[in-house]
Amino acid sequence: MKEMTFGQYYPTNSPVHKMNASVKILLVIAYIVAVFMVDYYHFLGLLACLFAIVIATVIARVPFGRMLKSIKGVIFLVVFSAVLQVFFNKQGTPLWEGGFITDEGLLTAGFITMRIVLIVLGASLLTLTTSPVELADGIEFLLYPLKYIKFPVHEFALIMSIALRFIPTLLEETDRIIKAQKARGANFESGNIFKRAKALIPVLIPLLISSFRRADELADAMDARCYAGSKVRTKYKKTTFGLGDLFGLLFFAGLIVGVVYLNGFYLYPYLVA
Amino acid sequence: MSLISLKDVKFSYDKTNPAVDGVSFNVEKGEYIAVIGHNGSGKSTLARLINGLLSPDEGEIYVDDIKVGDKKTVFEVRKRVGVVFQNPDNQLVASIVEDDVAFGPENLGIPRKEIGERIDFALDAVGMQDFRKSSPTRLSGGQKQRVAIAGVLALKPQILILDESTAMLDPKGRKEVLSVVKKLNKEQAVTVLAITHYMEEVVDADRVIVLDSGKIVMQDTPREIFKREKELKEIGLELPLASYIANKMRKNGIELPEGVLTEQELSEALCK
Repeated sequence: MKEMTFGQYYPTNSPVHKMNASVKILLVIAYIVAVFMVDYYHFLGLLACLFAIVIATVIARVPFGRMLKSIKGVIFLVVFSAVLQVFFNKQGTPLWEGGFITDEGLLTAGFITMRIVLIVLGASLLTLTTSPVELADGIEFLLYPLKYIKFPVHEFALIMSIALRFIPTLLEETDRIIKAQKARGANFESGNIFKRAKALIPVLIPLLISSFRRADELADAMDARCYAGSKVRTKYKKTTFGLGDLFGLLFFAGLIVGVVYLNGFYLYPYLVA
Repeated sequence: MSLISLKDVKFSYDKTNPAVDGVSFNVEKGEYIAVIGHNGSGKSTLARLINGLLSPDEGEIYVDDIKVGDKKTVFEVRKRVGVVFQNPDNQLVASIVEDDVAFGPENLGIPRKEIGERIDFALDAVGMQDFRKSSPTRLSGGQKQRVAIAGVLALKPQILILDESTAMLDPKGRKEVLSVVKKLNKEQAVTVLAITHYMEEVVDADRVIVLDSGKIVMQDTPREIFKREKELKEIGLELPLASYIANKMRKNGIELPEGVLTEQELSEALCK
């Protein structure tokens, strides 16, 4: 349970960590746009994106193992969409006489796999290099214009950062409840999918109840520490725009230009008919 | 006037069964007070009343001459009275230690530079400076609770209320937290109100207040309180282990002075 690394902050003192969180969010969005801008089968464009994210990871001094671990979370999605393409894509020429696997199916499968992996890598680099508080601050900053239509931006950001803060705590709690129910003879491992889903009810209900209790206690603790909404609040974390941010912006702008440029090169011109 | 003063305070959650039933006492600056009582004696309610999380149905509470229970003064009171609750997990707001400690001062609208100084002060006071950038989820229970204390200290309170703050900790964590609190009381002259049901934590207090069904039944120094074993037992409280052993030994004919509190005192008395 504790192995869930997707979204867990990995603190180092790198320039990427020091970047402005709002800028990083924008850059990740730009990066995802870049990945989607790569035309089908233009693997060079995807390689450029991969190159970009690898460079960013190296600068951020995040171990590659950490990045790869985050892919584990979406492995099912990746395999599922790849298998779908390989077996059901009828376009292109069959690999062998009368075969049902086509060259185009294989290429699309590879392309889609790379695309999903690249997007997950980008998103997890953001959460690995940005603490949840910074992330919430970044989103708060980006949502700031919504204040003019009376959207409670600060409260929204606080709710998000508290949610992120409680994920590991609630995972621990779930683990404990599962063990407690197992000790009382609950069975989570056998039976069909419906039986197993039903077996989870005695886990979810205590979890829900204890979450309410936690929320209540947290509210008291926040009250006791003089929380009064956003009116008089100051911020300890400075939001700055430094050289790193400028460099990042230029780098990803360059990536988008590169992707558009590489779209002009056909690796398999015969396929795009 | 006393730093905290309660006059005939009554409070009930359901308007029929009083949780706190006519409690009056004063706390002077720099005192270390222990409040004991078994479950449902009203001791946690007392903490909530003093810092304005609840307002009394009857009676008056003053903290530093400010009346508690007024909407206007509630933040003035909370600035002065810091509360550390039982479960460390449920009172940490942020995912990074320093961000969590900053939460209180941020709420008060304190300028950035001073927040930094306050974080330094608070983390030094609880000995958690090395963990400034870490995530609370990776800390032990005792360490988390020390961070929670730092989060309260950053508000520079005059009074620290520990609402069973050691109840969920292992013996090591309990020791860590207690030594931090004692240090704060001695070195920073922070007034401490420790609500607990661990008798070992009561031993070092200047004064002990014993609650039963919302009423104060005893109020004295620990030594005097623990001489009244019978009365304590009647309201469901036990003696510290050392006093308990000393009493048993005395009953069995071993000559020991009355009012033994700590293991050290016990062993010294035995070696005479």
